[in-house]
Amino acid sequence: MLFATEIKRSTQPETPTGSLVRISLFIPCYNDALFPESGKAVVRVLERLGHAVEFRDAQTCCGQMHWNTGYLRETLPILRHFLRVFADAETIVAPSSSCVAMMRDHYRKAAQMDRDPALEREVEALLPRIFEFSEFLVRRLGVEDVGARFTHKVAYHPSCHSARSLHLDTIPLRLLHRVRGLDLVPLANAQECCGFGGTFAIKNADVSSAMLADKVRCVLNSGAEVLTAVDTSCLMHIFGSLHRQRTFVRTAHLAEILACSDDDAGQNSTLAPEQHDASSFGRMVR
Amino acid sequence: MTDDSRARILNRIAAALGRDSSAASSAAAASYAQIARDYRSANANSDRSIRDLFVERLHEYDAACTRVATPADLPAAIAATLAARRLATPAVASGVPREWLPEGCDFPAADSLSVHELDRVPGILTGCTVAIAETGSIVLQSGSGQGLRRHTLIPDFHLCVVLESQLVASVPLAFPRLVPDLPTTFISGPSATADIEMTRIRGVHGPRTLHVLLVAD
Amino acid sequence: MKPETTHWNRQDFPEAARKELAAKPSQDAPFAHSQTRRNVRNATEIIQAKRNAVVAELPEWQDLRAAGAAIRAHTLEHLDHYLLEFEANCTRHGGHVHWAADAAEARKLVLEILAPHAPREILKIKTMTSEEIGLNACLEEHGMHPLETDLAELIIQMGRDRPSHFVVPALHKSRGQIRDLFAREMHRPELSDEPEALAAAARDYLRQKFLSTRVAISGANFLLADTGGVCIVESEGNGRMCLTLPDVLITIVGIEKVLPSFQDLEVFLQTLPRSATGERMNPYNSIWSGTPGNDGPREFHVILLDNGRSPILADDESRQTLRCIRCAACLNTCPVYHQTGGHAYDSVYAGPIGAILTPQLHSMQAAQSLPYASSLCGACYEVCPVAINIPEVLIHLRGKIVEQQQSTVAGSLSLWNIAMKSAAFLMQDGSRLHAAVHLAQAAQRPLVSRNGFIEWLPGMLNGWTKTRDLPALPAESFRDWWRRTRSANSSLQPSAEQPSEPRHD
Repeated sequence: MLFATEIKRSTQPETPTGSLVRISLFIPCYNDALFPESGKAVVRVLERLGHAVEFRDAQTCCGQMHWNTGYLRETLPILRHFLRVFADAETIVAPSSSCVAMMRDHYRKAAQMDRDPALEREVEALLPRIFEFSEFLVRRLGVEDVGARFTHKVAYHPSCHSARSLHLDTIPLRLLHRVRGLDLVPLANAQECCGFGGTFAIKNADVSSAMLADKVRCVLNSGAEVLTAVDTSCLMHIFGSLHRQRTFVRTAHLAEILACSDDDAGQNSTLAPEQHDASSFGRMVR
Repeated sequence: MTDDSRARILNRIAAALGRDSSAASSAAAASYAQIARDYRSANANSDRSIRDLFVERLHEYDAACTRVATPADLPAAIAATLAARRLATPAVASGVPREWLPEGCDFPAADSLSVHELDRVPGILTGCTVAIAETGSIVLQSGSGQGLRRHTLIPDFHLCVVLESQLVASVPLAFPRLVPDLPTTFISGPSATADIEMTRIRGVHGPRTLHVLLVAD
Repeated sequence: MKPETTHWNRQDFPEAARKELAAKPSQDAPFAHSQTRRNVRNATEIIQAKRNAVVAELPEWQDLRAAGAAIRAHTLEHLDHYLLEFEANCTRHGGHVHWAADAAEARKLVLEILAPHAPREILKIKTMTSEEIGLNACLEEHGMHPLETDLAELIIQMGRDRPSHFVVPALHKSRGQIRDLFAREMHRPELSDEPEALAAAARDYLRQKFLSTRVAISGANFLLADTGGVCIVESEGNGRMCLTLPDVLITIVGIEKVLPSFQDLEVFLQTLPRSATGERMNPYNSIWSGTPGNDGPREFHVILLDNGRSPILADDESRQTLRCIRCAACLNTCPVYHQTGGHAYDSVYAGPIGAILTPQLHSMQAAQSLPYASSLCGACYEVCPVAINIPEVLIHLRGKIVEQQQSTVAGSLSLWNIAMKSAAFLMQDGSRLHAAVHLAQAAQRPLVSRNGFIEWLPGMLNGWTKTRDLPALPAESFRDWWRRTRSANSSLQPSAEQPSEPRHD
């Protein structure tokens, strides 16, 4: 059974509770600097559902880039910093499946590298408290309808870590199905990697670009106006090509779609009209 | 050289595993017994007849199959199959029961044929040890009624008698019926290849036709 | 002795891949694919679809996968024990067991075994180990002709090509290309390009060879310790011809290929065919022990090949690499392999498994670009029938490579090392990162186009902007937005010395 449990271990159990939760946000480094709108959208959705959200200013990064590129030793101080910042956070939510996968798949091993039992214990204490955003909504809160309206043709790209590491399965689709006005269109070869892979896109730029070309062709063939995913990293990659080719397909993190609603226009909104223009969303259509 | 290499490789393995090379692990048996075999309890096709499944799977992999009502009907079924395929008398594996064979045909004994003669016979008739429904496989073991391995390889047509009592549902159920040391061949459909543009082609070097007579017994 | 041949040309993956992608997407034809890439894509898609269908039929698939992983892991932990048991039982049944520490020894053993028989021609069944030790070239040098009998291997041999996949080695060839080759080499100008006609041509071409050649060389899928048995899985019947008709058979097999028991085949004869060719069972599996009376060769030799395998056992993390049963499911599902095909890996072992196996067979002293030839998408692990966590091993090997590089002056002064070290420094402190983001917001200005995107980046980042735009950093980061709009409301200010117990407010 050892291998059977190993095969499925990174899935959070589906035990929804209706109660209000105090949520500590982890906004991954690239989301913070490059895609602040995805973070704002997460805040908006969670607050609209009545939960308290906090953001710890000391946070930085999960260490994924270093770990995946082979800088294993260099990952450890980043991991330790993460654990310190979120030591007493009740529930941590991150709008990035690959960061959560980094923690679930690799933090144990990273902690073992340091031969520090205290660190290993801290990792074990962290893992049950960290959730990817859509997983948190459905598996933890038991919510599928977040009261969103988004009247566009949307295709969903199941990013590799969300599908194969977190096993989100239909979770993001269930959320999208409940968005009013949203026309969900199928994406061919959806499960195939877009070719991002962090530093892979730079170290193997040609192969990465060829993979991306295949992905972009499927996106364009889908007829979608907007491509969504639970990782802005993949979306950044795909949009990089969509933009280079002067197409009019936009990309948006799932949270940005779920944040769109008509009942809270103007109030409680993190996306005030003038900010909306400046958002990644706005910039992309220009 | 090979003795030195033998010691060198065994030492390297033991060293890599962090053990003394002399302690070639008496613990192996105990740890082997711990391996979970949950797959054995699965029975996906329990709701359907394994006979039907076997026939379906044979067809799917380009093998022909005829159901035979009783063992007594076998001679007629064999004669009919050969007639329908316009085949002259095939060779027969030694140990195939006489009562299977149609009267009045002179079946050459496969044992007496050279490889070049085998290349010229119109076919080969054998039984089998066990057949597997789920995969549409017949399993032949060297010996009684099943011939030597070359007998079912060189002729272009293989006529195989499978008794229903020899049929099992799945691969794990076949193994207890096999004698581990005997030369064994699992045959699933006629020889095939998909090496050219992944197009499955029936018949490369082995028999291009496999015909199973499934006998209720 | 010639240099060892596992890694053929020592060409780095990105460079080799670039050549394979030669018909590169351009501005005018952004999705252009070469014929080879189309063939690879088409073949892998077909196998994958078949594989997925037959795997879905088995509700116990994950149990089979877990058992397969457990059996293989167990065997590796007791590898010396099982090899000795195999040797004893194979010998008991009349076989001869030889041990080769490296490729040179294996070649020498083959030549010694062949010497008394002095064959001019030798039948061969597709074998990776033979490829690994460069056997064909060695035999040719000694005046013997190895004749590949697997259809795909025959295509490769006739075309003086290299295999690009280890289950369907010629999947990069189209029927037209194969027809032209056969027409020329078999002197059959009338041949059509129908796959049936091409297979029939191969049958005619090889039949008399099978009936008359006295020596054959094979690999093996599994060795069985408790019976001294060998198991070979195949489709065409060329394997059975080689295993049963010649007088002398030599089987060259990696030491890791042993299974404890005949009965363990009940797992692998389910998982291997489904994973490899998408069939519930491949047409033929042959299992035999030693020299079984009049049913098979009179003389049978097994060469147990180490050639870099035993050191891999020492590493707890990457030992799982040796669980591999060579089904190639990881190749068929790999998006990188889909683009490049097998040749870009420049190794006998291509695809994701090749990316972890090849450098380890060379003690991490060669093929160091291969562990980076993956986007870590995880598709390989998902399909692996013995649950080798290839992405985990890839990262582990990357870690070893980085350590090696950092141990040299040049390596520690490399741009990558400095960049990653600097980034790690920033990531240890929120205010450092915050300051760096502000700096970058200012520094990016010369690079940002009027449309708000970065379309060109220098140096190693240029690979990104060759085909992709990058959004410029917006003026306000999330952190700044939070500080501006929310900070006053955020009561929890974290400090480094907080208790590790979760709070329950």
